[in-house]
Formats: sequence, C-alpha cells, structure tokens
Amino acid sequence: MKIPILRLGRILLTSVQIDLSDNDVLQFQSDVVAQISEVEALGIAIDISALDVVDSYMARVLSDTAGMARMLGAEVIISGIQPFVAMTLIEMGRGLIGADCVFNLEQAVERLNERIAERGDKFSYLRD
Amino acid sequence: MAKPHFEKSISIEASSDIVRARSEVRTIAASMGFGSADQTRLATAVSELARNIIQNAGSGVCEVTDISSTESVILHIVFQDNGPGIPDIALAMQDGYSTNGGLGAGLPGTRRLIDGFSIESRPGLTRVSITMQRESGLC
Repeated sequence: MKIPILRLGRILLTSVQIDLSDNDVLQFQSDVVAQISEVEALGIAIDISALDVVDSYMARVLSDTAGMARMLGAEVIISGIQPFVAMTLIEMGRGLIGADCVFNLEQAVERLNERIAERGDKFSYLRD
Repeated sequence: MAKPHFEKSISIEASSDIVRARSEVRTIAASMGFGSADQTRLATAVSELARNIIQNAGSGVCEVTDISSTESVILHIVFQDNGPGIPDIALAMQDGYSTNGGLGAGLPGTRRLIDGFSIESRPGLTRVSITMQRESGLC
C-alpha cells in the first residue's frame, strides 16, 4: 500500500488514510525519507487523522521517521491525532510521538512555514 | 462462567492479521456498547498482543468472547501461541524492555489500557488474557 506524498513548493504533505500493516508503515517511512532527500524538502506534514489505532510500534516508526527527517534537514509536524488515540498513547505510558503535533493539516502547513522562516533558508519561496 | 453471548476466533498468521484483528475487535466492542475511548484501548491492546504473537511465535490465535452479565458488559480476549515462550515474564512486563525493536511499551503499556490482564508462558505455550468490563448502561 503506497501512501501518496504530495509536493507543495519545498514542503511535502502526506495523509495516512488507511489502517497500515507493519510492513506498510516501514514502506511509508522509507518513502518519506527518500522523497525528502530527493527534493531537499524543508519540511513535511504528516496527517494521521484517519488513523483510529496508533500502537507502540506505529508510534515508534512515526517518531523515528520524524527524527530521520530532521536529520536530513526537514522540519516535521504531525497533524490530526484523534483524541482517543492521544488518550491511549499517553495511558500506555509515554508521549510516544517525538514530533510537534497540531490539530489539522492547515495548521501543520502554517507551522512548517513559520519554522522554515525562522531558520532563514535563503531560498524559501514559500512566504512572500 | 455463564454461556458466552458471542465467540469469535481470529487466526494470527501474518502481519496483515494484526490489522484485521484490531479492526474486528473494535467492531465487536462497538456492537457490545463500549464507548469510543474503550474501543480504541481495546483495538490498541489487540494490536500489541497480536504483534507479540507474530514476533515471538510466528502464528497463533486470538479468541474473543462476550461474557457480559446483566450488570456488566465484559469482553474477554485470549491470545495463544505455541512459540518458544517468554523466558522471564517479570522482565517482559517492565517498562522499556523490548526484544522486538518496539518501544518496550507493548506488554506493560497494554496492561494499563484494560482492566484484567494475565499472562502464562512456558516453552510451547504462551497465553495472554485480557478483559475489559464496564457497568451496563455506563459504557
């Protein structure tokens, strides 16, 4: 199962719309990392509003993916974590997702643009 | 124990069965009247324990039983496999202990999501039982 990764200038947008198997999650991780590297993306927004289960494995892979993306030079925002998913992850004992989170994709793009502007990349043409 | 109202056996043989098991259990929990938060807790617990089967034993089975009484809605789920077993259960139940590259939140995290949790393991048989119970009309 391939999760589409859309390019918007030098930001990438991706939305996980179906329940992923472990193999799908790993495939998604390598697609994200490859795509960030290929277009030298300054940021990526990962929307998981359609996921109604995020278990410790998925949380680990998402968290790792965020770390990998940052290592390449991209900012990462995760959007749309469902309230019951947030409850469950915290109840399980950890703030399992090691990336900044926002309510929705729109906010994610705003936040990415702010972050990128703060970094001051000269060729960030995402803002006026 | 009274005769169960509902029984279902889900075989766990491939990683895609983890997805199927958590989705089926969510549907069953919803039909029994568990609320959305509890459905998510149960689906997540099932995901963790089904993955344990795949990673430790390769295959196994997940038995879902509705043992509700007049006072309570009770869902009982047993995960069983014939793998090598868990050598040190106390260690496996510790936060942060992991053999599978996960966060080490699998077993101890799962226990915090549900009401009843028991585990027995020896070479050739591992059985993890979980229960979620809510008063009728409250869930």
